Parts: sequence; C-alpha cells; structure tokens
Amino acid sequence: MMPAAPPRDRAALALAALLVLLAVASFATLDLQWSAFFAPEAAASTAEFLAGFAPPELAPAFLLRTLQATLETLAMSALGTLIAAGCGLALALPGAGRFGRLARVPTRIVLNVLRSIPELVWAALLLVAAGLGPLAGTLALAAHTSGVLGRLFADALENAPPQPEQALRTNGAGALAAFFYATLPLTLPQMLSYTLYRWENNIRAAAVLGVVGAGGLGQMLKYHLSLFQMPSAATAILATLLLVALVDALSFAVRRWLTR
Amino acid sequence: MSAALPAHLQDPSWRGRALGAAVGLALLWPVLVYSEFKPWTLLDAQSLAAAGAFLSGFAHPVFAPDFLAMVLRESWQTVAIATAGLSLALVGAIPATIIVNERLSVSRLGTGRMRPAAVLVRQLVRWVLVLLRSVPELVWALLFVRVAGLGPTAGVLAIALTYCGMLAKVYAEILESGSAHATEALLANGSSRLAALFYGALPDTAAELVSYTVYRWECAIRGSAVMGFVGAGGLGQRMDESTKMMAGGEVSTMLIVFVLLVACADLVSWFLRRRLA
Amino acid sequence: MQAYRLDQLTVRHLTGTRAVALDGISLAVAAGEQVAVIGPSGAGKTTLLATLACAHRPESGTFEVLGSDPWRLPDAARHRLRARLFLAPQTPPLPPRQRVVTSVLAARLPRWSLRQALASLVKPVDPAAAYAALARFHLGDKLYARVDRLSGGERQRCGLARLLLSEAEIFLVDEPLSALDPALAQVTLATLIEEAGARGAALVCSLHQVDMARALFPRIVGLRAGRILFDARREDVSDAMIAELYANENQDAPLLNPHETPDSLAVGACF
Repeated sequence: MMPAAPPRDRAALALAALLVLLAVASFATLDLQWSAFFAPEAAASTAEFLAGFAPPELAPAFLLRTLQATLETLAMSALGTLIAAGCGLALALPGAGRFGRLARVPTRIVLNVLRSIPELVWAALLLVAAGLGPLAGTLALAAHTSGVLGRLFADALENAPPQPEQALRTNGAGALAAFFYATLPLTLPQMLSYTLYRWENNIRAAAVLGVVGAGGLGQMLKYHLSLFQMPSAATAILATLLLVALVDALSFAVRRWLTR
Repeated sequence: MSAALPAHLQDPSWRGRALGAAVGLALLWPVLVYSEFKPWTLLDAQSLAAAGAFLSGFAHPVFAPDFLAMVLRESWQTVAIATAGLSLALVGAIPATIIVNERLSVSRLGTGRMRPAAVLVRQLVRWVLVLLRSVPELVWALLFVRVAGLGPTAGVLAIALTYCGMLAKVYAEILESGSAHATEALLANGSSRLAALFYGALPDTAAELVSYTVYRWECAIRGSAVMGFVGAGGLGQRMDESTKMMAGGEVSTMLIVFVLLVACADLVSWFLRRRLA
Repeated sequence: MQAYRLDQLTVRHLTGTRAVALDGISLAVAAGEQVAVIGPSGAGKTTLLATLACAHRPESGTFEVLGSDPWRLPDAARHRLRARLFLAPQTPPLPPRQRVVTSVLAARLPRWSLRQALASLVKPVDPAAAYAALARFHLGDKLYARVDRLSGGERQRCGLARLLLSEAEIFLVDEPLSALDPALAQVTLATLIEEAGARGAALVCSLHQVDMARALFPRIVGLRAGRILFDARREDVSDAMIAELYANENQDAPLLNPHETPDSLAVGACF
C-alpha cells in the first residue's frame, strides 16, 4: 500500500506568512514618494541631475586636494582598525573568560553595545568632544570595530585547543607566558585575517563618515553636493571607488601571504 | 652580546622581522599625521566642557511618554525602511542571480562554450551589480535626497540598489558552491532554466540563501538608522537632530532603544537561521 | 627523598560521568628510578601520568611528590613544584605555525621572567641549546622549520627535545613512540633513558611497546582498568603476566572534540 504523504510544515508556512506581512506593512506605513522618481517630469529632472555629474572635475589643484582627502581617509581607516585590534584583544581576554566567569558577561555586553552602534552614529556623538575633522572619525571607527574584533577574538580564544597551553602550565610555566607561547600563536593568523577583513569594511566606512563632518572624502563630497558642484562631487565619488578597490586588493594580497 | 653565532644557528627570519617592524613604524608616522591624531585635544577645556555637558545629559535618559511614543514610531520606521528596501533589492537580485548563473546556460550544454550574446549579457549584468554595490549606500542616499527630498524614499531606494548588488553577488557564490550535477542533468534532459534552478540547485542551497538574506536584513536596519543622518528619516534623523541640539538625554534614550532594537533583530535573525538549518 | 609516594590513591575523571579512573593505586618511585607503565587502552595510563604531574587532583588517598602533598600546598608553591616535573603528552602540544626553536625553548618558561619569555618569542635567546637537544634526536636541521611542516614522528621527537631542555627532576612521558617506526623508537627511548640516567631524574614512561619496555626499563608496572595488576622488576615479569594484562583488550575510540568554527557571517561586515 502506498505510504501516506507526510504532514505539511505548518510552522514554516506561518513564518513565511509573517515575513510577507512584515514587508507589506513596511510599504504601507512608509510615506514613499514614488512620483519623485517615476512620473514623466521627474524622469527628465532626474536625468538632468545625473547629467550634471559628468565630466568629473579634473583640475590639478582639485585633484591634489582629492588626493589629500584620500590619504586622510586611508589614514583614518588604518589607524582606527589598528587601535581597534589592540582594544579588541585587550577586551577579548576577559571576554573569553580568562579573568573568571564574573568578568566574562559584562565584557560581552560592553562588546555588544560597542558593535551595535554603527560607525556613523559613533562619529556623530564623538564630534561633540573631538570637533570636526578626522579625529572623530578615527575614534568612531576604533570604537565600533573594537566591539566587532573583540567579540571575534574572544570567540577565537575560546575555541582554541587548550592542550598546548595546558602542557606548558603543567610543566610550570606562568599563565601569561604560556598564553603567549601557546594560545596566541594558534589564534594569531585568524585574528590577523579578521583585522584585515575589517579594514576592508572600515575603508568604506571611513569614506562616508565625513558626511557628518569627520573629515576625508566624505566631508569633501558633502561639501560639494551642498554647493551643487556636481563635477567635484563626482570626482570625490570616483576617488572613493578607487580607494576602496585598492584597499580590497591590498587586504586580499596580505591575507593570501599570511596563509601561505 | 656574545660573538656571532655559527651559520646553522642564525635565525633566518630575524632580518625580515626587524625590517617589517621598521617599515611598520615608518608608516605609522604619516598615518598619524594625515589622520590628525591628536587625542590630547579631547582633554582641553572646551572639549571637556562640551563633552561633560553632553554626557551629563546622557545620564538622564528622557522617559516622557510622548517622547517614547515618538521614538518607537521612528524605530518602526527604521525597520520599515530596511524591510522595504530589502524587498525591493530581492526583486532585482533574484532575476540578476538567475541571469548571471553560468550553470543555467543552455547554450553551454554539450559544447562547453556559451553563445557570445549570452556571455555579453552575463558580463553586463555583472558589471552593473559591481557598480551598484561599490558605491556606498550613504552616497546613494545623499544623491536621492537631492532628487526625492528628505524622507524615507531616499533610504529605501539606497538600500534597494546597494543590497541588490550585494545579494546577487552572494547568491551567485552560494549557488555556484553547490554541486552542479543535479542542475546539469535536468537541463540536459530538456527542462527550462527556472525549473532546473528550483529542482536542482535550490534544495541544497535554500537554507544558506535564506540565512544570508536574514543576516542582510539585520545589516539593513543598521544601515537605515545611519542614513537618517543624511535626512532619510527614521531613528537616525531624530538622533542627528537631538545631537545637534546637545540634548544628551534624548540621544541617550534613542541609543538605548536602538541597541535594544539591534539586539532584537539579532535574536530574530539567529532564531530564523537556526530554524532553517 | 622519594620522587613519588602514592597510597590507596583514587582518582576520578573530571568530566562526564565522573567515573573512577584509578582505583586504590599504591606506588612508590625512588629518586632516579626508571619505571615503564604498560597496559591496555583505557587502563588509566594517561590519567596516572596526569596525576603524577599534579595536573589532575585525586579524590582520596595519599599522594606525595618529592616529599610534600602538592594539593595541600598554596597555589604558588604547587606551581613551583610543577616546574620540577615535566609531562610530555602523547600528542605533541606544539602550536602548528610556531617554529621548532621557539617550541623547544618553551621548556625554559618556568625559569624565565615574562620579559625574557617575550624577548625569546621575538628572537630565540638560546638557539644553540635548542639545536643540541634536537640533534640528539637527529632533528638538528629542523631548528628553524615550522612545526606543521614536520611529520608526525618528527613532531613527537620535538616534544621530547623540549623535555631534554627542561630542568625537571622527574620525567613523565606518555606514549613517546606512537608515531615512530621500530628502529627510531629504539633510538629515541634510549636517548630518553640516557638523559634521565645522566641527570639522576626519575622517569615514568607509559608504553604500548611491551618488548621495548621489558628490554630497557628495570621496573615494569602493569595497569588495567585503573588498578595495578603487577609492579615488578623486569626479570620477574613473565609472559603469562603480560597476557593476563592484555586479555580481551577493549578498543575504545578516543572522543574527539570538534571545535566550533565561528560563524563566518559573524565577521560582521555590513558594508
């Protein structure tokens, strides 16, 4: 006799229905101005708007300023990521339970808060203390990325095999020395890889942080857009794309070299 | 220091390490200069006064009912912008993935080479996708605010465009990482491309595809909050306004609500991904 | 001073069902004595060595190392005591991407201050000593090689080279020959015994290779299911005793703990 068909997965269907409902509700409650884009007049004005971007501004003096802004953005991202790696490692030790279970949970909460707040929000807040300019951007990147890297490093430390460190401790080595000789070498390649991967992310973040005033290409872009200087804005966008591609390639190459 | 060690005892990586350290330090100086890294300015009188005033407001989050109601409304708007943006992104990403997927190429069956027109179409779509995801979504938002004015439309479209590019890329990678055998067999026996996709590639990869989409939804929520800072509505815009008014208490409340929102989204996302595995 | 005095010692596993691993063990090891511990898999050889290394706290009974009960001492004193012992585990505890010279020099860690330890990480302070130790196992040319580029047998011998560099008075070696072919095993064991003899250090070595144990060690202890079946001089150990020890040997596969790789999505890139 033919076996009966298995029952339908009610829960999955309900879940799918709920998601669709969420999407529909989103469209319904938002005040979306489709006409701005898709009405015939709007199409013409959009086309005119886009045409204003070409050709990008290529005067040597302006290119020099763009280059400086690019270097500023690059420096922001690199320094922010570097500081974050240090702070992340410092927070990863209690976060991995190395200082007892009592320190682990609060540290994990701190790390979660750090990474929940996006870089731009951090920048907007830090501008109050640091003023306009790349310092706020660097610190914002450092704050957010510390949370991300701290959590990743803590997980890596917790998942590292304990035998090498235990062997050294059993034979009388001190706790810190055993950590440096056994566990850190085990987790270092992965931690470096995460750090480089976050640098790729941070260069994109650094490029836009300037929009709130944190320096670099973002600040340049906002400035020229607000003055309706579209060709200059176009150059800033192109510089951003090039910088991102460059850092992506660099990070990829270094990660390849590390895992040779 | 003792006399030079015999050759077989000399450390072969010492030179490289010392050089690497020197180069690193040499690079550090321009980095510090270009990023104007002067953390001591945080401690000068003006900064301390401003920070102190702001932070003291922080310690007293505003819990007035109408303010809280406004914050919750704006939080919903942030989630709505993210969800709407992601839905539109899917509308674009799914066809793009199917077009770009080489496994579904009928012209390649048996001959090993695609028709030139097919190659061209695939390449074009790939380039468009790369362009869409290379431009940061905030830049798209800035541009769209100029066209559509302040409000959620700019945010939704910015998310839709960038996430279309990102989703399509990752979907394509996920589909390609699965085994091609099932799809090839179906195509070879004459099924249509879509059918081959649904019966061949999707069963194995569906869980991973949905999992990544849910993860991207979480990112979109964060992104839409960020876009509020350039005028795209939602919680971000309110935070920007309150920060500019130095209303520490309001910012504090909104940050708390935002962190909780992200934690909830994290939880929902983890739950959904667990369920799908 | 005796190296070890164990009297009716009971040791339980620390995890899982907390079953009894060693049941009422009584053992005395004099300073400079060389003992081979043999027995089927699961008999408790590794647990015994871990207990002797003060790495596993016994539940009841008497346990004295070099004249004192380590578990009655304050933590710092017990840790100093550990520096006088050396446990070489069965799987070499060497981080894969570390260089052999650093791994072998790690034997000196109990002696070094933290500053010296970190300095040696950057540039090995005494490569000559590491070279001498490795040369005794015919691994001198691997001084600056990476651990993961070595074969299993070479890694095992590196772990033993670390033992040679330590300043311990007691050697505890767990299955040092599992990855070595018979000829190499013979030479390696001979080197270990020679070093122990030269230093006057006590040597407790667990082995599966019964013939080698009987050939090279003056005293053999047979362990089965957590109990000492016999503890005799080499001459007094008969084939019948060995047969009884290994009767119906139970092959239990060791439990592997696969490490959870962090979720790749957790890298958290939203850009």
